[in-house]
Amino acid sequence: MSSRSAAPVHSGAAMGAISPTADAVAGRGSARARASAEGQPRHAALVRITHWLIALSFLALLVTGAEILLSHPRFYWGETGNVNMRPLFRLPVPSSRDMVPTGYGYVLPDANGWSRYLHFEAAWVAVLTGFAYLLFGLFQGHFRRNLFPTFSDLSPKRLATTLASHLRFRRPGAEEAWTYNVVQRLTYLIVVFVLFPLIIWTGLALSPTVEGAFPAAVEILGGRQSARTLHFFVTILLVLFVLIHIVMVSRAGFRKRVGAMITGRVFQSKEKA
Amino acid sequence: MSGISRRKLITTGLGTAAGASGLALAARLAARYGLIPPDSGVLYGAGETLTYAAQRLLTRHSMAREFSHSEISKEPFANEVAPLGAEFQRLQQGSFAEWRLVVDGMVARPGSFPLAEIKSFPRSSQITFVACEEGWSYIAEWIGTPLSHILDAAGALPQVRYVVYRSVQPDWWESIDMADALHPQTLVTYGMNGGELPVGFGGPLRLRVPRQLGYKSVKYITRLTATDNLKHFGKGLGSASPEGGYAWYAGI
Repeated sequence: MSSRSAAPVHSGAAMGAISPTADAVAGRGSARARASAEGQPRHAALVRITHWLIALSFLALLVTGAEILLSHPRFYWGETGNVNMRPLFRLPVPSSRDMVPTGYGYVLPDANGWSRYLHFEAAWVAVLTGFAYLLFGLFQGHFRRNLFPTFSDLSPKRLATTLASHLRFRRPGAEEAWTYNVVQRLTYLIVVFVLFPLIIWTGLALSPTVEGAFPAAVEILGGRQSARTLHFFVTILLVLFVLIHIVMVSRAGFRKRVGAMITGRVFQSKEKA
Repeated sequence: MSGISRRKLITTGLGTAAGASGLALAARLAARYGLIPPDSGVLYGAGETLTYAAQRLLTRHSMAREFSHSEISKEPFANEVAPLGAEFQRLQQGSFAEWRLVVDGMVARPGSFPLAEIKSFPRSSQITFVACEEGWSYIAEWIGTPLSHILDAAGALPQVRYVVYRSVQPDWWESIDMADALHPQTLVTYGMNGGELPVGFGGPLRLRVPRQLGYKSVKYITRLTATDNLKHFGKGLGSASPEGGYAWYAGI
């Protein structure tokens, strides 16, 4: 066997099987123990792969979602809504359909066809990836070890200190290269366990077949148009999260942190800590 | 090291082979049980196939939500349609008495039903909503006869898998599978909110498919064709929608 053919197989195995196990072993000793720089990845392979798959599908969902929204940039509350009815609010943007009164004298190109196809395909990628991440998080201890805050983290004083340093966009110290602080932990928990389920729920509530099969899923949200409006609001929250996430990663050292999320390794950088 | 690599190589190889044959088997089974939409081969067909297969497996017999009379929209809305032509106007002036619905394809008794005969068929009504892919919607009462009754009346053969329907609007034709064609809420409608079906909303005849988005509820239908294969219709993608870049299945 030539080394050329062996290499990709080995790296494939390292990505798929070895690292999560190593990660779990490292975590078993002490939850907060800093993994040693040799061997233990900062982020488990599955976390890295799912992170970028989710990032990619989120970008696709956002762009196509915006395109779909342009065909009717008005929002309603309740079961029904159309241009003959009073909207809850409308976005100050032109529309891709000429029957929507927007105040603009022109109509944008219609991109709904491919946007809808890609929106639902990207949604499948996001949901299946999210499911793999959920199983990993539950059974490999990722949630327990990396996301659930410790009891002492939740003291008001500790929370206030961490939050204050976040609000000042202060650069994190080197000790944070190997772990998440309590504000990060709580934010990720909200994204994973609140916003993600909500965006899936409000999206599925717009499917005529799904809402027929599970009418309560729509009624609890206040109706089909309410579900559409909530889908938009949750999107705004997710976009806010992504923006803040990117800013914080930049403050902590963009290349170092992104490098760790790609390769799993933390590079000793020359950037000032 | 090389022993581990070799073992990994073999297991990975076997795993890949098993995975590939598993996928091939799954694809064959999916096709056998009608879980592959006709536009599965388009650019984003994989997502469509997952959606269609999942909904046909899990919600094949689900019912569209129905509402009470008080929930009927006081301000329904319909997109404007292109002028329907001189022939349509002539029929409209005669109160559509000469409107006929042709039923052909894989049926024992091909022919056509005059509007009056369709109105004499068992009457069914539902209060459901029309939801447009653009995002707007309204609730209305729809009155008509189940599509399944018309298929029975024409003697649809057991091997029929799809019903293709056409409109007076040129280049607008659709099709649905039998899960929707035989569904009790799929109606050939001629009435709305207790009265005649207005032309703006698809009168004199509109096929209502309430478990899918509005664009599957084609207005002014003139012809139904029962078939076991959509390959020979248009570009073979199932309907005019995929040819225009929209999904064939709109149950999302």
